[in-house]
Amino acid sequence: MAVVMTPKKACAVNPLKMSQPIGGAFAFMGLRGAMPLLHGAQGCTSFGLTLFVRHFKEAVPLQTTGMTEVTTVLGGYDNLEQAILNIFNRAKPKVIGICSTGVTETNGDDVDAYIKLIRQKHPQLARLPLVYVSTPDFKDAFQDGWGKAVTRMVEVLVETPAVDVPRDPARVNVLPGCHLTPGDLDELRAILSDFGLQPSFLPDLAGSLDGHVPDEFTPTTIGGIGVDEIALMGRAGWTIAIGSQMRRAGEAMQAKTGVPFRLFERLCGLLPNDEFIAFLSEISGRPVPSKYRRQRGQLVDAMLDTHFHIGGRKLAIGAEPDLLFDLSSMLHDMGVQVIAAVTTTHSAVLERLASEEVLIGDLEDLEEVAKSKGCDLLITHSHGRQAAARLKIPFYRVGFPMFDRIGAGHHNSVGYRGTRDLVFAIANLLIEDREQNYRPTPDTWRTSAPAPRPCLRGFTDRTERPIP
Amino acid sequence: MSSLAATVRDVFNEPGCAKNGSKPENERRTGCTKQLLPGSAAGGCAFDGAKIALQPFTDVAHLVHGPIACEGNSWDNRGAASSGSDLWRAGFTTDMNETDVVFGGEKRLSKAIKEIILKYDPPALFVYQTCVPAMIGDDINAVCKAATRKFGTPVVPVNSPGFVGSKNLGNKLAGEALLEHVIGTQEPDDITPYDINLIGEYNLAGELWQVKPLFDELGIRILCCISGDGKYREVASSHRARAAMVVCSKSMINIARKMKDRYGIPFFEGSFYGIQDSSISLRDIARLLVERGAPGHLIERTEAVIAREEARAWAAIEPYKPRFKGKKALLITGGVKSWSVVAALQEAGLELVGTSVKKSTKEDKERIRELTGQATQMIEDMPPRAMYQMLKDAKADIMLSGGKSQFVALKAATPWLDINQERCHAYMGYLGMVKLVEEIDRSLFNPMWEQLRRPAPWQALARTLAKVHSPAAISISGSEIDETARRAKKICVCNTVDLGTIEDAVCSHNLTSVEAVRQHTNAIGGCCKRRIEDILQSSPSHALQAAE
Repeated sequence: MAVVMTPKKACAVNPLKMSQPIGGAFAFMGLRGAMPLLHGAQGCTSFGLTLFVRHFKEAVPLQTTGMTEVTTVLGGYDNLEQAILNIFNRAKPKVIGICSTGVTETNGDDVDAYIKLIRQKHPQLARLPLVYVSTPDFKDAFQDGWGKAVTRMVEVLVETPAVDVPRDPARVNVLPGCHLTPGDLDELRAILSDFGLQPSFLPDLAGSLDGHVPDEFTPTTIGGIGVDEIALMGRAGWTIAIGSQMRRAGEAMQAKTGVPFRLFERLCGLLPNDEFIAFLSEISGRPVPSKYRRQRGQLVDAMLDTHFHIGGRKLAIGAEPDLLFDLSSMLHDMGVQVIAAVTTTHSAVLERLASEEVLIGDLEDLEEVAKSKGCDLLITHSHGRQAAARLKIPFYRVGFPMFDRIGAGHHNSVGYRGTRDLVFAIANLLIEDREQNYRPTPDTWRTSAPAPRPCLRGFTDRTERPIP
Repeated sequence: MSSLAATVRDVFNEPGCAKNGSKPENERRTGCTKQLLPGSAAGGCAFDGAKIALQPFTDVAHLVHGPIACEGNSWDNRGAASSGSDLWRAGFTTDMNETDVVFGGEKRLSKAIKEIILKYDPPALFVYQTCVPAMIGDDINAVCKAATRKFGTPVVPVNSPGFVGSKNLGNKLAGEALLEHVIGTQEPDDITPYDINLIGEYNLAGELWQVKPLFDELGIRILCCISGDGKYREVASSHRARAAMVVCSKSMINIARKMKDRYGIPFFEGSFYGIQDSSISLRDIARLLVERGAPGHLIERTEAVIAREEARAWAAIEPYKPRFKGKKALLITGGVKSWSVVAALQEAGLELVGTSVKKSTKEDKERIRELTGQATQMIEDMPPRAMYQMLKDAKADIMLSGGKSQFVALKAATPWLDINQERCHAYMGYLGMVKLVEEIDRSLFNPMWEQLRRPAPWQALARTLAKVHSPAAISISGSEIDETARRAKKICVCNTVDLGTIEDAVCSHNLTSVEAVRQHTNAIGGCCKRRIEDILQSSPSHALQAAE
């Protein structure tokens, strides 16, 4: 049981957090023919755009209403109207996803009313779905923006099936959290298909940001789930939500269509996958394919082989709540002590983390605790590289953004196979670190080593921490 | 806000800018910022520009006052290099929350300043204003002034909320902040007749260090580089330089002009991209220094260095000539002056099929015309779709551009090289131009391209099989429903127009060219051009058949 701490300081140093609107925009990138639109100043969009391009190494569609000082004072109606018309005429999108920003939220733009007015004025937009989600920058974080956007997609785009329409038990809705990569989605799709199930992923980044070369150039997203497919999600037999951020979207789906949902908070590790596979076997009425019996055996063996290197490590981890819970729980299962845990925003899973405390903070906090508690493994996104260099401890990159390494979109940590590959990668990193930095010399044990400290888990009283 | 509005007006009315100076009086004041088109705008905001311009001051703490979006989404993303402090790489932000928006963020800001000074003790702090605190009326000037008095550390307000304008305007607002609060506030330890300022050089990928050895050899001292690898003390005492070179005139010409007015430091606009430009710049620096009292032999020594470096560079490029023969390059760049690179590419034997002139002045364009002749297309603005088609049609063998168009080229399986700010190679000076040519060679002749462009052998087989099995095959039987479906099919991925519409237009107006089809339908004719050509060829209209 972890105690959730909130920061006392006024200045965030080396932010871990990213803003809510770009989390919302990210979700819209998993719809086919979509154009995400940030209602705000152009910088709000350009920063997000750069972030996505650096992470995925792909062209990313993202537009702005280009609010200026003057239009902010006058209200954003005209800009929103122009932006929607421009996108409609130029990019021919199948759907436009609109996220508000700090600028337009401070101003109090009533976007829902604007959209009604725009639809009245421009009948040609009648059949163009416009999904609006309120995502002020000064509240919540990236993960929250994603969750809210998917919930809105369910509310706006999914149709309530007629009473007499039979459900198709082979169809399954999957609502993945933003901590899953396109590679993870592909893995899940394969697993579900092997049980004879037909999954619809909402959103489906695997179709749009999995780094493939399309035949033609498109200004909108090049793949993802189609609007027509989303409309039919109400006919599925089950909804599977992954990550606690998707609870609201799952509930919205159930409320609107009556499709029951099951939430899987984790899909990394042995037990969560046992549960997942058992569930699939149950709803499909099929025995577990031999492929997964083998993969389970491989994961068990991988855990046996790697626990020598991973077990007992003192972990410092910074990530968004669901990713933090997913990874740190899996590593805790492998014998890691979760010493320092820092996250970006509140979530129901935080209290159940396998550490004494979890801090809603930044990378400076993570670095300080990692240093004072002698952590010997750092896991966070690419911005942690500076801290890792100063701490001189092995650094494993997870989540978003991962801009200084190639192939971020294809990382896979779900399923038996994904977990297996992840523990191998981390164990190899630790082995390499030992080889490079801990070769014994004749003098290694000559000087009196400091007495081994009993491991203190979690943080000490924060007021006592010295300011460097 | 009124003082910010005045600053913006002042910046736009920049007499040092030749382009703006050539406009009539009333246009001059409106400046160069084009009104943004909502829904089709790209590029950064004024805050982005200010941060880009000042962040390369390496020992300064850069604090962003605003919600998490402004710093959390953007920090740690530029490749400037430092020879000392790493403080500039840390991201500091007040991360304003809802309460701050309601009750004002000034308290949080002053607490944040205090925390940074106590923890990191920087020689100075730059505080960046962003949109939300500007809207709620946070007075960062007052907070900074109070903090400076309280802690004795200079705390400099940079008034640059994103919504006042473009990235370029932000660069200049950063310049104004330096002029108002920093430059001239300290004195250098010593001065020499060889001291210069470089303005608008950001030391990306450590490029400045490609040229610095030449300065060192000539005894020329960079008193301050604004802002690449710069230190706060250097910029505070930069008013004692003897001459200045404006490296990126688009970003900080206002600093150079005002330092000339205030401190009599003469300046010129130059570039270190391209062999000939590097030579011109070195010559200009030497001339200005001698005019301001440096010994006359500096000019001869500079000429000797230029002669040696040029000979070396051209000799290094020479071997590429036969390899580049007949290869065509497309140059799309905003930041780097196009013609600087053009000369070196030509010297290496590349043929230039097009170059962007979006941000070029009239003189720039004339110069490009002079260098390349009529064959080269001057591109004012090229939409990505047209760029993609040009590359797909193999009208160019390689594209050199900034990162934004990167994927347009790569997805068309065309070699591409980053020559804008996010690049990881340094292309400045004589060494840099040779490096550029080397990189072009490496990219052009990568054996990978040939494999990538070849379709998978099983694709043709798959298509044949699909024809046999697909429901489209049945449509030949002429059923009405299939005909409707056939005609409703969009002809192209851009979804502009369906087959039926085009067929109808062709029939009723006797159309024979893509141009004509475009006039009668809402087909764009960019990517669909080929499809329309196919339709025109494969299905001659009924009217035509009747005429025959």
